[in-house]
Amino acid sequence: MTNHWSDLQNTDCALIMGGNPAENHPISFRWLTKAQEKGGKIVSVDPRFTRTSSKADVYAQLRSGTDIAFMGGMIKYAIDNELYHKDYVVNYTNAPFILKEDYKFNDGLFSGYDEATRKYDRTTWAFETNEDGTPKQDKTLKHPRSVFQLMKQHYNRYDVDTVISVTGTPKNDYLKVCETFCATGQVGKSGTIMYAMGTTQHTVGSQNVRAFGMIQLLLGNIGLPGGGINAMRGESNVQGSTDFALLHHLLPGYVGTPTAKPQHATLADYNANETPAAGYWSNKPKFLVSMLKAWYGDNATKANDFAYDYLPKGNKNYSHINLFKAMYEGKIEGTFLFGTNPVVGGPNAGKEKEALSNLKWLVAVDLWETESAAFWQKEAGGNPAEINTEVFLLPAASSYEKDGSVSNSSRWMQYRWKAIEPKGDSLADLEIIHVLVQKLKELYKNENTAAARPFNALSWNFGEGHHPDIDLVCKEINGYDLKTGKLLPTFGALMDDGTTSSGNWIYTGFYPEEGKNRAKNRDNVDTGGGNYLNWAFAWPANRRILYNRASADLNGKPWSKEKAVIWWDAAQAKWVGNDVPDFVPIKAPSDPGGNNPFIMLKDGVGGLFAPLNEGPFPEHYEPFESPASNVFSSQELNPAVEIHEGDFNLKGDASKYPIVATTYRVTEHWQSGSMTRNQEWLSELVGHMFIELSEELAKEKGIKNKDKVIVSTARGEITAYAMVTKRFKPFIIKGEKVHHIGMPWHFGYKGYATGDTANHLTPHIGDANTTIPEYKAFLCNVRRAD
Amino acid sequence: MVEINLNRRQFLKLSGATAATLAVVELGFNEKEAYAKSKELKIARATVTPTICCFCGVGCGILVHTKDNTVVYTEGDPDSPVNEGTLCSKGTTIRQVYTSEKRLTKPLYRAPGSDKWEEKDWEWMYKTIAQRTKETRDKTFVEKENGFTVNKTEAIASLGGAALDNEETYLLAKMMRGLGVVYLEHQARI
Ligand code: SF4
Repeated sequence: MTNHWSDLQNTDCALIMGGNPAENHPISFRWLTKAQEKGGKIVSVDPRFTRTSSKADVYAQLRSGTDIAFMGGMIKYAIDNELYHKDYVVNYTNAPFILKEDYKFNDGLFSGYDEATRKYDRTTWAFETNEDGTPKQDKTLKHPRSVFQLMKQHYNRYDVDTVISVTGTPKNDYLKVCETFCATGQVGKSGTIMYAMGTTQHTVGSQNVRAFGMIQLLLGNIGLPGGGINAMRGESNVQGSTDFALLHHLLPGYVGTPTAKPQHATLADYNANETPAAGYWSNKPKFLVSMLKAWYGDNATKANDFAYDYLPKGNKNYSHINLFKAMYEGKIEGTFLFGTNPVVGGPNAGKEKEALSNLKWLVAVDLWETESAAFWQKEAGGNPAEINTEVFLLPAASSYEKDGSVSNSSRWMQYRWKAIEPKGDSLADLEIIHVLVQKLKELYKNENTAAARPFNALSWNFGEGHHPDIDLVCKEINGYDLKTGKLLPTFGALMDDGTTSSGNWIYTGFYPEEGKNRAKNRDNVDTGGGNYLNWAFAWPANRRILYNRASADLNGKPWSKEKAVIWWDAAQAKWVGNDVPDFVPIKAPSDPGGNNPFIMLKDGVGGLFAPLNEGPFPEHYEPFESPASNVFSSQELNPAVEIHEGDFNLKGDASKYPIVATTYRVTEHWQSGSMTRNQEWLSELVGHMFIELSEELAKEKGIKNKDKVIVSTARGEITAYAMVTKRFKPFIIKGEKVHHIGMPWHFGYKGYATGDTANHLTPHIGDANTTIPEYKAFLCNVRRAD
Repeated sequence: MVEINLNRRQFLKLSGATAATLAVVELGFNEKEAYAKSKELKIARATVTPTICCFCGVGCGILVHTKDNTVVYTEGDPDSPVNEGTLCSKGTTIRQVYTSEKRLTKPLYRAPGSDKWEEKDWEWMYKTIAQRTKETRDKTFVEKENGFTVNKTEAIASLGGAALDNEETYLLAKMMRGLGVVYLEHQARI
């Protein structure tokens, strides 16, 4: 989230799309209710009339997978009706930048596409530059090749009638959404966009988010209280675990992993090719070298590139789908699962279960016997005698049986104290990881092989005993001044010469001095604006509203007093206000760069034009499986997604599977259900797998409420109870009726509440940038079970 | 270690929250009776420890009441500016994460081809897992490839961690990268 939960009370309008916080982030909703009490509006856009929709002022339905058409139309609406915040757009975005002449867009493809590799050469997506390398600009926004004009031209095709023929939204509802949300373009108003996996789990997921970013920049909503783009995180620490880079393409603090290519051959090569000339990321070498010092200690020296060579360097996409494909093909021998259950939660889960049986060994660390740990059992559908995987199931302690911190969606790092000893013989993951490393170190200690050297060089100083000293872990994350041995107060102090260490630079400053772990802060006095600066620690640097420099105008004055966050105090010559400035605190608006609020970006302004793998502007493409052809171009599917051929990823056709399906969650269960289906009360509250379908579809199929029905896709079939409901309505897509169903994905065969697994239905295809699977839009058919 | 100081204002707020939560979750109880019961039997002399909900990313504060080495009660933390004492159904039932009979309490091992779990001690598990990891790693480790120093193994994968603490995810990333693992993924991807 750019903003945070309690800040939602400051919004004039919350557009909730691709998320259902009333159901899935229930307590967040009380802040929205507070906003509503003050006159704010809630707009809910969803294929189904959800619990959030029932609390909304405006609801509009859209077919799963058509968000870009929906938002593209809204961008056009804001431009045509001049509802955008002109001064903000001219000064704080790249709208005035001039693009090179060879940038082109035609029939769904941008210039530079190579069909054979399904990749773009981005050279033509560049700005014309002045002699000093800065982009040429036309602040009148009239230049035909300005970002503004090209954006306008791009979305001119997204007129209301075309848009709704794709999304299936009733026209009046669509216009009402545009009117209500675009009203936040007025000075003195702010609007927030809240989304979750309904936005990201598509082949165009990243561009869905980009479209949100564009409308928020146009309306001047970034950096303001009650504004921003707010991704609602589904797990207690999925924010933290992403910050700490449990992802193939990242190192802690969003530093990209080096890969096996000439541009990353040495530390100097990596720094030269991955460090932008301007913006805060120009400090990247300091973050990377300080991390290497935290990881390799005294073994990281200037002479050996700070052990840069020891970082593993891959040469392909190692993300979830590709990982399971490699496992399916027998290329992976051993796997660790830390509190995860892909046999229920992974896409095309039947195939992911089969893949596990190709492993030699599997280590599962969990509170429960999950479907994944037990994939070899007869109940899972296989023959144990034929499955040769060795399985180690380690009992883990629960969240309040150990000490540690988690970072919520608001980026607030909050400490959890140990309330009780771990149950039975279970142990904290911290201890399990620590002891495994100790044992491995013991095994490698006297070896000097190629495999031994990098591991032997890894520093591991968290105490001698079995249980590591968590304070030492915290301090290593924060980092030290290695000359004095003192903890670092801020990431501003990091160096690239090996004199500082930091395990994760974005967290530097959370432990600024001995005995002061700011995640433990519990002063709940509102320090202004609902920012609670003394409660917990928010990365980076305890900032609560990111890009808050953009809440003030070119003179450093808040755009309006209603939406003030920080402002320039000339007398004190610094930025003051009710949040930590997301800006150099003493840089005046009149200083060079003093009006560049987007400090992480090279040009210092928000990117209306910003290259991703499939283009610099979001463009509508149909999902992998779609009931209709694309009206915007002859490109059906996102031209940059990777398509896996063969039985690992079977594709269904609309003639056989005419119904659109999507998945979601309920309040009472959580993710793959292992944490909740193993509890009595929650299992009783929602005890069975069900699908929701419209009264119209039920009638056509002769299905009654509570009937058992079979849902089938090209990947498999599941049986579930039918919930016939008014919450789904048939869509009219290009004049034809299209049915849409939905279902929760929490179920499996373990625990108290059991049911078929929705992910047996979902496809193995992912977004072109993140490879997040397209769980949210696929084709199916439905029939009665008897 | 518990580092919470209940002042009088907080304590009064807590008692109020207790009554409200009980009324919601323990259906069938008379509210007054339940309140009295909780004061006298359940949480009297219990130790109170603040935690953060283990479920969604809202990060609600929860107070865990423990006594006689079990969890006797849990409730929303009235001091948290995130939830101000309120909880959803999952946060409300967090006590059962501890009390559920389905919790694993022993390390379990399944031999190749076997149809059952066997209990093993931690030491055996640690030792055997470390050996398997080393065998696979040593056999598949690549130091150089196409002229690049790569120091990786593509035969070991690590998945998961979105429910781990920050400190744990840090150690996990450090361990896996330190071993040369490139297939490192978790729930943020799915
Ligand atoms: S109590 Fe509910 S809303 Fe709060 S963090 Fe837990 S799951 Fe999320």
